[in-house]
Amino acid sequence: MQLGGTSSGARAGSWAALAAGRIAVLVAVLLALGSLWEGYRWVWMSRGWTWPFEVSDRTMPHLHEIVAQLFRQWPEGGPVLGSTLLDAALFTAKEAAVGFAIGAVVGFALGAVIAHFRVLQRGLMPYVVASQTIPILAVAPMVVVGLGSGITVFGYAYVPADWLRVSVIAAYLTFFPVTINTVRGLHSADPLALQLMHSYAASRWTVLWKLRLPSALPYLFAAFKIAATASVVGAIVGELPSSIQSGLGGAILNFNQYYSAEPKNLWATNLVAALLGIAFFLAVVLAEKVVVHRAPERFA
Amino acid sequence: MSSSELVVSLKGVSKAFAAGVLALESIDLEVRRGDFVSLIGPSGCGKSTLLRIIGDITEPTSGEVVVNGKPARKAREDRDYGIVFQAPVLFDWRTVERNIALPLEMEGWDRSRRQARIAEMLELVELTGFEKHYPWQLSGGMQQRVSIARALAFSPALLLMDEPFGALDEMTRERLNLELLRIWAETGSSVVFVTHSIAEAVFLSTHVVVMTPRPGRVSACVEIDLPQPRTQETREDPRFFELVTEVREALHATGADEVEEQLAAEGPA
Repeated sequence: MQLGGTSSGARAGSWAALAAGRIAVLVAVLLALGSLWEGYRWVWMSRGWTWPFEVSDRTMPHLHEIVAQLFRQWPEGGPVLGSTLLDAALFTAKEAAVGFAIGAVVGFALGAVIAHFRVLQRGLMPYVVASQTIPILAVAPMVVVGLGSGITVFGYAYVPADWLRVSVIAAYLTFFPVTINTVRGLHSADPLALQLMHSYAASRWTVLWKLRLPSALPYLFAAFKIAATASVVGAIVGELPSSIQSGLGGAILNFNQYYSAEPKNLWATNLVAALLGIAFFLAVVLAEKVVVHRAPERFA
Repeated sequence: MSSSELVVSLKGVSKAFAAGVLALESIDLEVRRGDFVSLIGPSGCGKSTLLRIIGDITEPTSGEVVVNGKPARKAREDRDYGIVFQAPVLFDWRTVERNIALPLEMEGWDRSRRQARIAEMLELVELTGFEKHYPWQLSGGMQQRVSIARALAFSPALLLMDEPFGALDEMTRERLNLELLRIWAETGSSVVFVTHSIAEAVFLSTHVVVMTPRPGRVSACVEIDLPQPRTQETREDPRFFELVTEVREALHATGADEVEEQLAAEGPA
């Protein structure tokens, strides 16, 4: 009997079993959620219950109707709704991705400065926290409309594109978790590892680059996961006051107005928005797998 | 004897902590080239603090610390010593070879020179073939060997070891003791070794320095005249037992027992 062959065969088998198991869980969860929606709908409609709200095709369309709506033309004779929403999702994805990038860089820089100069922690932190207590709906019009008249940098007038102004809103929601976790992460290095670096007479910069930053990575990725979904929310909300029609925010506003005429459009848009958020989250998970080489249990 | 033979020279070194606790009081200590010196004493006697003072990781409150004929800070900046802690302190985002490469990167060695030295070091600690493994894929004993390889990577004149085998099981510990002696003989470096195991101190050392607690003082220096090289048979040598007894009596004479009992009676502060 070949032990090696058996164990590698068993490993391939267990990998397939693991994949099958994950898919089974995914399908089971989707089925459970779907039956909850449809079950609720059926019970409330057959009993005629109106609390907390009246259930009808208008308030809770069939799930399969919502999905089918993606493949219908809207408006009639126009493009398929799914294709319109895909374009909108890509537009919003661009805003969110740029916003995420700006927020991650600014958030990290701010966190690194706060972590480096301890005095700044007391000085800056209250404002960082305060920035997040102001509702995004209050900030969005100021940023989107305010930046619309342009800014002057070193004598050059610059008017950011509409979508870029929305990115600033996405960045506003993104930077906060990144800043908080950067401060925590950069201070998370093992004290003995710091003594080891000290024994090498390593410069502060070397310690940052070779020890503090790698130690902070699991914390950073935990923040990026929160920030990824927040950036999508920020981009959608940012579109609302800016009269941008090309994104998911514009679609939500539009379909909201015509909800009584065609409720399935709004539901379908929500579905696409949720999928976009999940896609952003998965992108971060994937990046973490590539970048962070840690003991499996160390993943945040 | 010329002073250039002295790798470590401490004169009147004292260390007080902020709370007014005197950790070390007027320590005099000399380590010559090729010496293997163990610092032994009950917990709280400041032996780890003393090791960190030699390595310029902790600054003494007063006294003179000379390492390799220069002030401790200069010696650290010149990377004259390698250090091994009780924990392996490996960077778990780096493979075994890149962990060993860390001090060489600090020294600015180029890649090919680093690779050659890494291969040499892995052979020294008998871990050839584990270059691409991550620390968390290795056993505790193997991790500590990587840590030793890293400390020796740039051939320092001095190796500082702070209870390096304290967290390992007895069998691994005895095997690594033998391995450390072989490495010590091969590299010709001097070692300052902190331990609280009397048998380990006697087996490894050329000199055992016995310390008293609160404040930490040197109470005795026992010269270990067991023949070199030492083997497993050394542990059964009657002279080994005599020396173990001698060190034990020196430790007991320090009143360490009473202090420990007193502390136990007081309970945690």
